[in-house]
Amino acid sequence: MALNITDIKRIAHLARLEINEQEASQTLTKLTGILGLIEQMQAVDTAGITPMSHSQDVVQRLREDVVTATNQREAFQANAPILGNGSAEKAVDSGLYLVPKVIE
Amino acid sequence: MEWEVVIGLETHTQLRTKSKQFSGASITYGAQPNTQADEVSVALPGVLPVLNKQAVECAIKFGLAINADIPARSVFSRKNYFYPDLPKGYQISQFELPVVGKGAVTIQVPAVGKNAAYEKVINITRAHLEEDAGKSVHGAVEGMSGIDLNRAGTPLLEIVTEPDMRSAAEAVAYAKKLHELVQWIDICDGNMQEGSFRCDVNVSVRPKGQEKFGTRREIKNLNSFKFMTQAIEYETRWQIETLEDGGTIQQATVLFNPDTGETKAMRSKEEANDYRYFPDPDLLPLEVTAADKARVQATMQKSQNEEYLRYVNDLNMFPDDARAITSSRQIYNYFESVLAELRKIAVPTATQTQDNANAKSVANWVINTLGSYLNKTNLDISESPVRPEQLAKMLSKIFDNTISNNAAKQVFEAMWMGEGEADAIIEAKGLKQESDSGAIEAILDEVLKANPAMVEEFKAGKEKAFNALVGQAMKASKGKANPAQVNDLLKKKLAF
Repeated sequence: MALNITDIKRIAHLARLEINEQEASQTLTKLTGILGLIEQMQAVDTAGITPMSHSQDVVQRLREDVVTATNQREAFQANAPILGNGSAEKAVDSGLYLVPKVIE
Repeated sequence: MEWEVVIGLETHTQLRTKSKQFSGASITYGAQPNTQADEVSVALPGVLPVLNKQAVECAIKFGLAINADIPARSVFSRKNYFYPDLPKGYQISQFELPVVGKGAVTIQVPAVGKNAAYEKVINITRAHLEEDAGKSVHGAVEGMSGIDLNRAGTPLLEIVTEPDMRSAAEAVAYAKKLHELVQWIDICDGNMQEGSFRCDVNVSVRPKGQEKFGTRREIKNLNSFKFMTQAIEYETRWQIETLEDGGTIQQATVLFNPDTGETKAMRSKEEANDYRYFPDPDLLPLEVTAADKARVQATMQKSQNEEYLRYVNDLNMFPDDARAITSSRQIYNYFESVLAELRKIAVPTATQTQDNANAKSVANWVINTLGSYLNKTNLDISESPVRPEQLAKMLSKIFDNTISNNAAKQVFEAMWMGEGEADAIIEAKGLKQESDSGAIEAILDEVLKANPAMVEEFKAGKEKAFNALVGQAMKASKGKANPAQVNDLLKKKLAF
Protein backbone atom coordinates (compact mmCIF):
# COMPACT_ATOMS: atom_id res chain seq x y z
CA MET A 1 0.00 0.00 0.00
CA ALA A 2 1.54 3.27 -1.15
CA LEU A 3 0.77 6.54 0.59
CA ASN A 4 0.81 9.90 -1.15
CA ILE A 5 1.02 13.45 0.13
CA THR A 6 -2.78 13.88 0.00
CA ASP A 7 -3.21 10.92 2.38
CA ILE A 8 -0.75 12.50 4.81
CA LYS A 9 -2.59 15.82 4.76
CA ARG A 10 -5.91 14.10 5.27
CA ILE A 11 -4.65 12.04 8.21
CA ALA A 12 -3.15 15.17 9.74
CA HIS A 13 -6.44 17.01 9.32
CA LEU A 14 -8.41 14.16 10.93
CA ALA A 15 -6.03 14.30 13.90
CA ARG A 16 -6.25 18.12 13.89
CA LEU A 17 -2.49 18.44 13.33
CA GLU A 18 -1.24 21.48 11.47
CA ILE A 19 1.68 20.51 9.21
CA ASN A 20 3.44 22.45 6.47
CA GLU A 21 4.57 21.06 3.09
CA GLN A 22 8.05 20.17 4.37
CA GLU A 23 6.70 18.32 7.42
CA ALA A 24 4.18 16.57 5.20
CA SER A 25 6.82 15.17 2.89
CA GLN A 26 9.05 14.14 5.83
CA THR A 27 6.07 12.37 7.41
CA LEU A 28 5.33 10.66 4.11
CA THR A 29 8.87 9.21 4.04
CA LYS A 30 8.63 7.98 7.65
CA LEU A 31 5.18 6.47 7.33
CA THR A 32 6.10 4.77 4.06
CA GLY A 33 9.05 3.21 5.90
CA ILE A 34 6.76 1.89 8.64
CA LEU A 35 4.33 0.45 6.10
CA GLY A 36 7.28 -1.25 4.39
CA LEU A 37 8.17 -2.90 7.67
CA ILE A 38 4.60 -4.12 8.08
CA GLU A 39 4.66 -5.52 4.55
CA GLN A 40 7.72 -7.58 5.48
CA MET A 41 5.93 -8.92 8.56
CA GLN A 42 2.94 -9.87 6.47
CA ALA A 43 5.14 -12.42 4.71
CA VAL A 44 5.02 -14.54 7.90
CA ASP A 45 2.41 -17.30 7.82
CA THR A 46 -0.08 -16.51 10.62
CA ALA A 47 -2.80 -18.95 9.60
CA GLY A 48 -4.59 -20.35 12.63
CA ILE A 49 -3.18 -17.77 15.04
CA THR A 50 -5.72 -15.61 16.91
CA PRO A 51 -4.90 -11.94 16.44
CA MET A 52 -3.79 -10.20 19.61
CA SER A 53 -5.55 -7.06 20.69
CA HIS A 54 -3.08 -6.34 23.46
CA SER A 55 0.61 -6.99 23.99
CA GLN A 56 0.00 -8.66 27.36
CA ASP A 57 -1.74 -12.02 27.54
CA VAL A 58 -4.04 -11.11 30.42
CA VAL A 59 -7.72 -10.20 30.56
CA GLN A 60 -9.51 -7.10 31.76
CA ARG A 61 -10.06 -6.77 35.51
CA LEU A 62 -13.44 -5.36 36.43
CA ARG A 63 -14.31 -2.64 38.89
CA GLU A 64 -17.23 -3.04 41.33
CA ASP A 65 -20.03 -0.62 40.49
CA VAL A 66 -19.48 1.83 43.34
CA VAL A 67 -19.35 5.62 43.31
CA THR A 68 -15.91 6.58 44.63
CA ALA A 69 -15.35 9.98 43.00
CA THR A 70 -16.21 13.22 44.75
CA ASN A 71 -16.99 16.60 43.25
CA GLN A 72 -13.72 18.28 42.26
CA ARG A 73 -15.17 20.79 39.84
CA GLU A 74 -13.43 23.78 41.40
CA ALA A 75 -10.02 22.18 41.31
CA PHE A 76 -10.45 21.05 37.70
CA GLN A 77 -11.87 24.35 36.50
CA ALA A 78 -9.02 26.28 38.12
CA ASN A 79 -6.99 24.51 35.47
CA ALA A 80 -9.32 25.40 32.56
CA PRO A 81 -7.98 27.34 29.54
CA ILE A 82 -8.28 31.11 29.68
CA LEU A 83 -11.12 32.82 27.88
CA GLY A 84 -8.79 34.44 25.33
CA ASN A 85 -10.30 37.90 25.48
CA GLY A 86 -7.09 39.47 26.73
CA SER A 87 -7.93 38.93 30.39
CA ALA A 88 -6.73 36.11 32.63
CA GLU A 89 -10.34 34.96 33.07
CA LYS A 90 -10.97 31.19 32.88
CA ALA A 91 -13.29 29.90 30.16
CA VAL A 92 -15.94 28.69 32.59
CA ASP A 93 -19.42 29.93 33.42
CA SER A 94 -22.04 28.59 35.87
CA GLY A 95 -20.04 25.40 36.21
CA LEU A 96 -19.77 24.87 32.43
CA TYR A 97 -16.55 24.80 30.42
CA LEU A 98 -16.80 27.37 27.62
CA VAL A 99 -15.71 26.65 24.06
CA PRO A 100 -16.22 28.53 20.78
CA LYS A 101 -19.81 28.10 19.62
CA VAL A 102 -20.33 24.63 18.12
CA ILE A 103 -24.01 24.71 17.19
CA GLU A 104 -24.70 23.65 13.58
CA MET B 1 -43.50 2.10 -9.43
CA GLU B 2 -44.01 0.30 -6.15
CA TRP B 3 -41.37 1.06 -3.53
CA GLU B 4 -40.19 -0.82 -0.48
CA VAL B 5 -38.70 0.84 2.57
CA VAL B 6 -35.82 -0.88 4.39
CA ILE B 7 -35.16 0.04 8.02
CA GLY B 8 -32.50 -0.86 10.56
CA LEU B 9 -32.14 0.50 14.08
CA GLU B 10 -29.27 1.35 16.37
CA THR B 11 -30.47 1.87 19.92
CA HIS B 12 -28.46 3.40 22.75
CA THR B 13 -29.62 2.11 26.09
CA GLN B 14 -28.21 3.65 29.22
CA LEU B 15 -27.32 0.85 31.60
CA ARG B 16 -28.61 0.69 35.15
CA THR B 17 -25.41 1.29 37.08
CA LYS B 18 -24.45 3.66 39.86
CA SER B 19 -21.10 4.69 38.42
CA LYS B 20 -19.61 5.37 35.01
CA GLN B 21 -18.38 2.86 32.47
CA PHE B 22 -14.71 3.42 33.24
CA SER B 23 -14.57 5.32 36.54
CA GLY B 24 -16.21 5.76 39.93
CA ALA B 25 -18.08 8.99 39.14
CA SER B 26 -21.83 9.00 39.75
CA ILE B 27 -24.30 8.98 36.84
CA THR B 28 -27.31 10.39 38.72
CA TYR B 29 -29.42 12.46 36.32
CA GLY B 30 -29.86 16.20 36.77
CA ALA B 31 -26.83 17.07 38.93
CA GLN B 32 -25.21 20.53 38.75
CA PRO B 33 -22.95 20.84 35.68
CA ASN B 34 -19.58 19.08 35.94
CA THR B 35 -20.05 18.03 39.57
CA GLN B 36 -20.05 14.38 38.45
CA ALA B 37 -17.15 14.74 36.08
CA ASP B 38 -14.07 13.15 37.62
CA GLU B 39 -10.51 12.96 36.24
CA VAL B 40 -11.48 10.23 33.78
CA SER B 41 -14.63 12.03 32.55
CA VAL B 42 -12.73 15.25 31.83
CA ALA B 43 -9.83 13.22 30.39
CA LEU B 44 -6.96 14.59 32.44
CA PRO B 45 -3.59 13.33 31.20
CA GLY B 46 -2.41 10.05 32.72
CA VAL B 47 -5.80 8.67 33.78
CA LEU B 48 -6.70 5.08 32.98
CA PRO B 49 -10.14 3.54 32.37
CA VAL B 50 -11.27 0.64 34.58
CA LEU B 51 -14.31 -1.26 33.31
CA ASN B 52 -17.54 -1.40 35.36
CA LYS B 53 -18.51 -4.99 36.30
CA GLN B 54 -22.22 -4.18 36.52
CA ALA B 55 -22.24 -2.80 32.97
CA VAL B 56 -20.66 -6.02 31.69
CA GLU B 57 -23.30 -8.07 33.52
CA CYS B 58 -26.06 -5.96 31.96
CA ALA B 59 -24.62 -6.73 28.52
CA ILE B 60 -24.48 -10.47 29.32
CA LYS B 61 -28.10 -10.36 30.53
CA PHE B 62 -29.16 -8.78 27.26
CA GLY B 63 -27.23 -11.36 25.27
CA LEU B 64 -28.90 -14.20 27.20
CA ALA B 65 -32.35 -12.61 26.80
CA ILE B 66 -32.09 -12.53 22.99
CA ASN B 67 -30.37 -15.94 22.72
CA ALA B 68 -27.29 -14.33 21.29
CA ASP B 69 -23.75 -15.58 20.90
CA ILE B 70 -21.73 -14.17 23.75
CA PRO B 71 -18.12 -14.59 22.66
CA ALA B 72 -15.49 -15.60 25.21
CA ARG B 73 -13.49 -12.53 24.33
CA SER B 74 -14.40 -9.02 23.25
CA VAL B 75 -12.25 -5.98 22.67
CA PHE B 76 -12.56 -2.25 23.32
CA SER B 77 -11.60 0.15 20.56
CA ARG B 78 -11.12 3.86 20.19
CA LYS B 79 -13.48 5.68 17.87
CA ASN B 80 -11.64 8.87 17.00
CA TYR B 81 -13.35 12.18 16.33
CA PHE B 82 -13.15 15.73 17.59
CA TYR B 83 -16.00 17.43 19.36
CA PRO B 84 -15.89 19.61 22.49
CA ASP B 85 -18.13 17.26 24.49
CA LEU B 86 -15.59 14.46 23.94
CA PRO B 87 -12.46 15.72 25.67
CA LYS B 88 -10.32 12.62 25.02
CA GLY B 89 -10.68 13.02 21.26
CA TYR B 90 -12.04 9.48 21.08
CA GLN B 91 -14.95 7.48 22.40
CA ILE B 92 -14.22 4.09 23.92
CA SER B 93 -16.47 1.63 22.10
CA GLN B 94 -16.26 -1.86 20.63
CA PHE B 95 -15.71 -2.49 16.96
CA GLU B 96 -14.61 -5.84 15.48
CA LEU B 97 -15.30 -7.91 18.59
CA PRO B 98 -18.44 -6.77 20.46
CA VAL B 99 -19.55 -8.29 23.79
CA VAL B 100 -22.82 -9.60 22.29
CA GLY B 101 -23.05 -11.20 18.85
CA LYS B 102 -25.96 -12.31 16.68
CA GLY B 103 -29.37 -12.79 18.32
CA ALA B 104 -33.04 -12.18 17.59
CA VAL B 105 -36.13 -10.44 18.94
CA THR B 106 -39.69 -11.41 18.03
CA ILE B 107 -42.00 -8.46 17.56
CA GLN B 108 -45.79 -8.14 17.39
CA VAL B 109 -46.91 -5.70 14.72
CA PRO B 110 -50.39 -4.44 15.57
CA ALA B 111 -53.28 -4.57 13.10
CA VAL B 112 -53.77 -1.44 11.01
CA GLY B 113 -57.01 -0.97 9.08
CA LYS B 114 -57.57 -4.07 6.94
CA ASN B 115 -54.12 -5.49 7.67
CA ALA B 116 -54.16 -8.09 10.43
CA ALA B 117 -51.64 -8.14 13.27
CA TYR B 118 -48.60 -10.37 12.76
CA GLU B 119 -45.37 -11.52 14.35
CA LYS B 120 -41.94 -11.05 12.86
CA VAL B 121 -38.41 -11.99 13.89
CA ILE B 122 -35.94 -9.10 13.85
CA ASN B 123 -32.31 -10.19 13.79
CA ILE B 124 -29.88 -8.44 16.05
CA THR B 125 -26.46 -7.99 14.48
CA ARG B 126 -24.62 -7.14 17.66
CA ALA B 127 -24.65 -5.20 20.90
CA HIS B 128 -21.59 -3.44 22.20
CA LEU B 129 -20.52 -1.56 25.32
CA GLU B 130 -19.46 2.04 25.01
CA GLU B 131 -19.44 5.34 26.85
CA ASP B 132 -21.69 8.36 26.38
CA ALA B 133 -20.31 11.81 25.50
CA GLY B 134 -20.89 15.02 27.47
CA LYS B 135 -23.50 17.63 26.66
CA SER B 136 -23.20 20.96 24.88
CA VAL B 137 -25.33 23.76 26.28
CA HIS B 138 -26.02 26.63 23.91
CA GLY B 139 -27.04 30.17 24.60
CA ALA B 140 -25.74 30.56 28.16
CA VAL B 141 -22.89 32.85 27.09
CA GLU B 142 -22.98 34.90 23.87
CA GLY B 143 -20.91 33.37 21.08
CA MET B 144 -19.83 30.40 23.23
CA SER B 145 -21.07 26.89 23.94
CA GLY B 146 -21.01 25.49 27.47
CA ILE B 147 -19.78 21.96 28.08
CA ASP B 148 -21.18 19.75 30.85
CA LEU B 149 -19.23 16.51 31.23
CA ASN B 150 -21.51 14.87 33.81
CA ARG B 151 -22.84 12.51 31.13
CA ALA B 152 -19.40 11.79 29.68
CA GLY B 153 -18.51 8.18 30.40
CA THR B 154 -22.06 7.01 31.21
CA PRO B 155 -22.34 3.27 30.40
CA LEU B 156 -24.25 2.50 27.21
CA LEU B 157 -25.13 -0.68 25.38
CA GLU B 158 -25.66 0.00 21.69
CA ILE B 159 -27.97 -2.56 20.11
CA VAL B 160 -27.82 -2.87 16.33
CA THR B 161 -30.35 -4.70 14.13
CA GLU B 162 -30.09 -6.13 10.65
CA PRO B 163 -32.00 -4.06 8.02
CA ASP B 164 -35.01 -6.33 8.66
CA MET B 165 -37.88 -3.89 9.04
CA ARG B 166 -40.13 -2.94 6.12
CA SER B 167 -42.40 -0.23 7.54
CA ALA B 168 -42.56 2.46 10.20
CA ALA B 169 -45.01 0.20 12.06
CA GLU B 170 -42.46 -2.63 12.20
CA ALA B 171 -39.69 -0.28 13.31
CA VAL B 172 -41.83 1.13 16.11
CA ALA B 173 -43.03 -2.35 17.13
CA TYR B 174 -39.37 -3.39 17.40
CA ALA B 175 -38.40 -0.27 19.36
CA LYS B 176 -41.31 -0.81 21.75
CA LYS B 177 -40.44 -4.49 22.19
CA LEU B 178 -36.81 -3.66 22.90
CA HIS B 179 -37.89 -0.92 25.30
CA GLU B 180 -40.05 -3.47 27.19
CA LEU B 181 -37.28 -6.05 27.14
CA VAL B 182 -34.46 -3.91 28.55
CA GLN B 183 -36.75 -2.86 31.39
CA TRP B 184 -38.00 -6.42 31.93
CA ILE B 185 -34.45 -7.68 32.41
CA ASP B 186 -33.73 -4.55 34.43
CA ILE B 187 -30.68 -3.30 32.57
CA CYS B 188 -32.16 0.12 31.66
CA ASP B 189 -34.74 2.39 33.28
CA GLY B 190 -36.27 3.09 29.86
CA ASN B 191 -36.69 6.80 30.58
CA MET B 192 -36.89 8.28 27.10
CA GLN B 193 -37.26 11.90 28.23
CA GLU B 194 -33.97 11.71 30.07
CA GLY B 195 -32.34 10.00 27.10
CA SER B 196 -31.90 6.56 28.68
CA PHE B 197 -33.29 4.93 25.52
CA ARG B 198 -32.71 6.63 22.17
CA CYS B 199 -32.81 5.32 18.64
CA ASP B 200 -30.98 6.07 15.41
CA VAL B 201 -33.00 4.83 12.44
CA ASN B 202 -31.42 3.93 9.09
CA VAL B 203 -33.89 4.34 6.24
CA SER B 204 -33.52 3.50 2.56
CA VAL B 205 -35.94 2.72 -0.25
CA ARG B 206 -35.72 0.44 -3.28
CA PRO B 207 -38.08 -0.62 -6.05
CA LYS B 208 -40.11 -3.58 -4.80
CA GLY B 209 -38.46 -6.82 -5.89
CA GLN B 210 -34.99 -5.31 -6.23
CA GLU B 211 -32.38 -7.12 -4.16
CA LYS B 212 -29.82 -4.36 -3.81
CA PHE B 213 -30.40 -1.91 -0.97
CA GLY B 214 -30.82 1.78 -1.76
CA THR B 215 -28.57 4.44 -0.23
CA ARG B 216 -29.52 5.01 3.38
CA ARG B 217 -29.90 8.10 5.48
CA GLU B 218 -29.66 7.87 9.25
CA ILE B 219 -32.20 9.71 11.42
CA LYS B 220 -30.39 10.49 14.67
CA ASN B 221 -31.53 10.46 18.28
CA LEU B 222 -35.26 9.78 18.25
CA ASN B 223 -36.52 9.64 21.81
CA SER B 224 -40.24 9.10 21.32
CA PHE B 225 -42.20 6.42 19.44
CA LYS B 226 -44.49 9.08 18.01
CA PHE B 227 -41.58 11.04 16.56
CA MET B 228 -40.12 7.80 15.24
CA THR B 229 -43.28 7.08 13.24
CA GLN B 230 -43.46 10.64 11.91
CA ALA B 231 -39.75 10.79 11.07
CA ILE B 232 -39.72 7.45 9.19
CA GLU B 233 -42.89 8.26 7.27
CA TYR B 234 -41.59 11.69 6.25
CA GLU B 235 -38.14 10.34 5.35
CA THR B 236 -39.63 7.51 3.27
CA ARG B 237 -41.86 9.89 1.33
CA TRP B 238 -38.98 12.31 0.79
CA GLN B 239 -36.67 9.58 -0.56
CA ILE B 240 -39.33 8.16 -2.91
CA GLU B 241 -40.20 11.64 -4.23
CA THR B 242 -36.53 12.48 -4.72
CA LEU B 243 -35.95 9.29 -6.71
CA GLU B 244 -39.13 9.65 -8.74
CA ASP B 245 -38.09 13.19 -9.66
CA GLY B 246 -34.90 11.72 -11.10
CA GLY B 247 -32.70 12.65 -8.15
CA THR B 248 -30.28 10.48 -6.16
CA ILE B 249 -29.97 9.89 -2.40
CA GLN B 250 -26.71 10.92 -0.73
CA GLN B 251 -25.69 9.03 2.37
CA ALA B 252 -26.27 11.44 5.25
CA THR B 253 -27.11 11.90 8.87
CA VAL B 254 -30.43 13.69 9.33
CA LEU B 255 -32.27 15.22 12.24
CA PHE B 256 -36.02 15.14 12.83
CA ASN B 257 -37.67 18.43 13.70
CA PRO B 258 -40.82 17.71 15.76
CA ASP B 259 -42.17 21.23 15.09
CA THR B 260 -42.20 20.89 11.30
CA GLY B 261 -42.45 17.08 11.15
CA GLU B 262 -39.55 17.07 8.67
CA THR B 263 -36.12 15.47 8.49
CA LYS B 264 -33.11 17.53 7.44
CA ALA B 265 -29.52 16.57 6.62
CA MET B 266 -27.16 17.45 9.43
CA ARG B 267 -23.70 17.22 7.96
CA SER B 268 -22.07 15.44 5.11
CA LYS B 269 -20.30 12.37 6.39
CA GLU B 270 -17.54 12.06 3.77
CA GLU B 271 -14.74 13.03 6.13
CA ALA B 272 -16.34 12.89 9.57
CA ASN B 273 -17.09 9.23 8.93
CA ASP B 274 -13.47 8.14 9.14
CA TYR B 275 -13.26 7.16 12.78
CA ARG B 276 -9.96 5.28 12.48
CA TYR B 277 -10.95 2.62 15.03
CA PHE B 278 -8.12 0.76 16.70
CA PRO B 279 -7.92 -1.41 19.84
CA ASP B 280 -7.64 0.75 22.96
CA PRO B 281 -4.24 -0.04 24.52
CA ASP B 282 -5.58 1.15 27.92
CA LEU B 283 -7.99 -1.76 28.14
CA LEU B 284 -7.31 -5.47 28.07
CA PRO B 285 -9.60 -7.91 26.28
CA LEU B 286 -12.86 -8.58 28.14
CA GLU B 287 -13.32 -12.23 28.99
CA VAL B 288 -16.78 -13.72 29.53
CA THR B 289 -16.61 -17.36 30.68
CA ALA B 290 -19.35 -19.98 30.75
CA ALA B 291 -19.33 -19.58 34.53
CA ASP B 292 -19.93 -15.83 34.17
CA LYS B 293 -22.88 -16.51 31.91
CA ALA B 294 -24.32 -19.10 34.30
CA ARG B 295 -23.92 -16.75 37.25
CA VAL B 296 -25.77 -13.96 35.43
CA GLN B 297 -28.42 -16.39 34.14
CA ALA B 298 -29.13 -17.44 37.72
CA THR B 299 -30.02 -13.86 38.64
CA MET B 300 -32.50 -13.53 35.78
CA GLN B 301 -36.20 -14.02 36.26
CA LYS B 302 -38.56 -15.75 33.85
CA SER B 303 -38.79 -14.16 30.43
CA GLN B 304 -41.74 -12.08 29.29
CA ASN B 305 -42.75 -14.80 26.89
CA GLU B 306 -42.64 -17.60 29.48
CA GLU B 307 -44.90 -15.58 31.78
CA TYR B 308 -47.20 -14.67 28.91
CA LEU B 309 -47.62 -18.34 28.00
CA ARG B 310 -48.20 -19.31 31.63
CA TYR B 311 -50.96 -16.70 31.95
CA VAL B 312 -52.69 -17.76 28.76
CA ASN B 313 -52.28 -21.53 29.13
CA ASP B 314 -52.40 -22.09 32.88
CA LEU B 315 -54.51 -19.18 34.09
CA ASN B 316 -56.79 -18.98 31.01
CA MET B 317 -56.20 -15.26 30.75
CA PHE B 318 -57.18 -13.36 27.60
CA PRO B 319 -54.10 -13.02 25.35
CA ASP B 320 -54.49 -9.23 25.25
CA ASP B 321 -54.60 -9.02 29.05
CA ALA B 322 -51.63 -11.38 29.41
CA ARG B 323 -49.71 -9.29 26.90
CA ALA B 324 -50.55 -6.08 28.76
CA ILE B 325 -49.51 -7.54 32.13
CA THR B 326 -46.19 -8.76 30.76
CA SER B 327 -45.53 -5.55 28.85
CA SER B 328 -43.67 -4.10 31.80
CA ARG B 329 -41.88 -5.42 34.83
CA GLN B 330 -43.75 -2.91 37.01
CA ILE B 331 -47.24 -3.92 35.86
CA TYR B 332 -46.20 -7.56 36.18
CA ASN B 333 -44.90 -7.03 39.71
CA TYR B 334 -48.09 -5.22 40.71
CA PHE B 335 -50.29 -7.97 39.29
CA GLU B 336 -48.24 -10.75 40.90
CA SER B 337 -48.37 -8.94 44.28
CA VAL B 338 -52.17 -8.74 44.09
CA LEU B 339 -52.35 -12.48 43.33
CA ALA B 340 -49.96 -13.30 46.17
CA GLU B 341 -51.97 -11.19 48.64
CA LEU B 342 -55.20 -12.80 47.47
CA ARG B 343 -53.78 -16.27 48.05
CA LYS B 344 -53.03 -15.23 51.63
CA ILE B 345 -56.60 -14.04 52.17
CA ALA B 346 -58.31 -16.74 50.11
CA VAL B 347 -60.72 -19.26 51.47
CA PRO B 348 -58.85 -22.53 52.03
CA THR B 349 -61.48 -24.45 50.06
CA ALA B 350 -60.83 -22.42 46.93
CA THR B 351 -60.36 -24.65 43.93
CA GLN B 352 -57.87 -24.24 41.11
CA THR B 353 -60.70 -23.25 38.78
CA GLN B 354 -61.75 -20.47 41.11
CA ASP B 355 -58.15 -19.36 41.46
CA ASN B 356 -57.86 -19.10 37.69
CA ALA B 357 -61.14 -17.21 37.39
CA ASN B 358 -59.85 -14.85 40.05
CA ALA B 359 -56.61 -14.27 38.16
CA LYS B 360 -58.61 -13.35 35.09
CA SER B 361 -60.64 -10.88 37.10
CA VAL B 362 -57.54 -9.44 38.79
CA ALA B 363 -56.00 -8.88 35.35
CA ASN B 364 -59.12 -7.06 34.24
CA TRP B 365 -59.04 -4.79 37.30
CA VAL B 366 -55.34 -4.04 36.95
CA ILE B 367 -55.38 -3.43 33.19
CA ASN B 368 -58.73 -1.74 32.72
CA THR B 369 -59.81 -0.09 35.95
CA LEU B 370 -56.46 0.78 37.51
CA GLY B 371 -55.03 1.37 34.04
CA SER B 372 -57.63 4.01 33.17
CA TYR B 373 -57.14 5.81 36.51
CA LEU B 374 -53.38 5.83 35.94
CA ASN B 375 -53.86 7.11 32.40
CA LYS B 376 -56.15 9.91 33.49
CA THR B 377 -53.75 11.10 36.16
CA ASN B 378 -50.60 10.38 34.16
CA LEU B 379 -49.18 8.27 36.97
CA ASP B 380 -46.88 5.30 36.74
CA ILE B 381 -48.17 2.04 38.25
CA SER B 382 -45.41 2.24 40.86
CA GLU B 383 -46.98 5.55 41.99
CA SER B 384 -50.53 4.17 42.23
CA PRO B 385 -52.30 5.45 45.36
CA VAL B 386 -54.05 2.06 45.54
CA ARG B 387 -51.45 -0.48 46.67
CA PRO B 388 -51.58 -4.14 45.56
CA GLU B 389 -52.53 -5.35 49.05
CA GLN B 390 -55.42 -2.85 49.17
CA LEU B 391 -56.69 -3.96 45.79
CA ALA B 392 -56.36 -7.61 46.86
CA LYS B 393 -58.51 -7.01 49.95
CA MET B 394 -61.18 -5.33 47.90
CA LEU B 395 -61.17 -8.08 45.28
CA SER B 396 -61.51 -10.73 47.97
CA LYS B 397 -64.77 -8.98 48.92
CA ILE B 398 -66.05 -9.44 45.39
CA PHE B 399 -64.95 -13.07 45.30
CA ASP B 400 -66.72 -13.91 48.58
CA ASN B 401 -69.87 -12.09 47.38
CA THR B 402 -69.74 -9.37 50.02
CA ILE B 403 -69.95 -6.70 47.33
CA SER B 404 -71.00 -6.64 43.70
CA ASN B 405 -68.67 -5.73 40.88
CA ASN B 406 -70.50 -2.41 40.52
CA ALA B 407 -70.18 -1.57 44.20
CA ALA B 408 -66.50 -2.46 43.96
CA LYS B 409 -66.04 0.33 41.44
CA GLN B 410 -67.21 2.79 44.10
CA VAL B 411 -64.90 1.20 46.65
CA PHE B 412 -61.98 1.49 44.22
CA GLU B 413 -62.75 5.14 43.54
CA ALA B 414 -62.81 5.84 47.29
CA MET B 415 -59.53 3.99 47.85
CA TRP B 416 -58.00 5.95 44.95
CA MET B 417 -59.08 9.18 46.67
CA GLY B 418 -57.35 8.00 49.84
CA GLU B 419 -60.51 7.31 51.83
CA GLY B 420 -59.08 4.24 53.50
CA GLU B 421 -59.31 0.46 53.26
CA ALA B 422 -61.97 -1.55 51.45
CA ASP B 423 -63.68 -2.89 54.59
CA ALA B 424 -64.17 0.56 56.11
CA ILE B 425 -65.41 2.01 52.82
CA ILE B 426 -67.91 -0.82 52.27
CA GLU B 427 -69.21 -0.26 55.78
CA ALA B 428 -69.32 3.54 55.52
CA LYS B 429 -71.08 3.58 52.17
CA GLY B 430 -73.38 0.66 52.93
CA LEU B 431 -72.25 -1.27 49.87
CA LYS B 432 -72.58 -4.76 51.26
CA GLN B 433 -74.76 -6.79 48.96
CA GLU B 434 -77.78 -8.74 50.10
CA SER B 435 -76.98 -12.43 49.94
CA ASP B 436 -79.64 -13.58 52.36
CA SER B 437 -81.95 -15.61 50.12
CA GLY B 438 -84.95 -14.96 52.40
CA ALA B 439 -84.58 -11.22 52.00
CA ILE B 440 -84.08 -11.51 48.24
CA GLU B 441 -87.08 -13.76 47.89
CA ALA B 442 -89.17 -11.18 49.73
CA ILE B 443 -88.02 -8.49 47.31
CA LEU B 444 -88.75 -10.76 44.34
CA ASP B 445 -92.26 -11.48 45.56
CA GLU B 446 -92.90 -7.73 45.75
CA VAL B 447 -91.50 -7.20 42.25
CA LEU B 448 -93.56 -10.03 40.74
CA LYS B 449 -96.71 -8.71 42.35
CA ALA B 450 -96.05 -5.16 41.15
CA ASN B 451 -95.25 -6.18 37.54
CA PRO B 452 -97.82 -8.75 36.38
CA ALA B 453 -97.53 -7.53 32.78
CA MET B 454 -93.84 -8.45 32.64
CA VAL B 455 -94.54 -11.85 34.14
CA GLU B 456 -97.11 -12.46 31.41
CA GLU B 457 -94.67 -11.36 28.71
CA PHE B 458 -92.06 -13.75 30.05
CA LYS B 459 -94.51 -16.59 30.06
CA ALA B 460 -95.39 -15.68 26.47
CA GLY B 461 -91.75 -16.39 25.61
CA LYS B 462 -90.20 -12.94 25.78
CA GLU B 463 -86.74 -13.47 27.26
CA LYS B 464 -86.22 -9.73 27.63
CA ALA B 465 -88.92 -9.54 30.25
CA PHE B 466 -86.75 -11.69 32.52
CA ASN B 467 -83.93 -9.16 32.45
CA ALA B 468 -86.40 -6.37 33.09
CA LEU B 469 -87.61 -8.19 36.21
CA VAL B 470 -84.02 -8.68 37.41
CA GLY B 471 -83.51 -4.96 36.86
CA GLN B 472 -86.59 -4.15 38.94
CA ALA B 473 -85.40 -6.40 41.75
CA MET B 474 -81.92 -4.86 41.74
CA LYS B 475 -83.52 -1.43 41.85
CA ALA B 476 -85.78 -2.41 44.72
CA SER B 477 -82.74 -3.64 46.66
CA LYS B 478 -80.94 -0.36 45.87
CA GLY B 479 -78.37 -2.33 43.95
CA LYS B 480 -77.35 -4.37 46.98
CA ALA B 481 -78.81 -7.71 46.01
CA ASN B 482 -76.36 -10.30 44.73
CA PRO B 483 -77.22 -10.37 41.01
CA ALA B 484 -76.34 -14.04 40.60
CA GLN B 485 -78.67 -14.98 43.44
CA VAL B 486 -81.43 -12.77 42.08
CA ASN B 487 -81.10 -14.58 38.76
CA ASP B 488 -81.26 -18.03 40.31
CA LEU B 489 -84.14 -17.31 42.62
CA LEU B 490 -86.16 -15.54 39.95
CA LYS B 491 -85.72 -18.49 37.60
CA LYS B 492 -87.05 -20.81 40.28
CA LYS B 493 -90.01 -18.57 41.02
CA LEU B 494 -90.99 -18.26 37.38
CA ALA B 495 -90.57 -21.96 36.68
CA PHE B 496 -94.00 -23.00 37.89
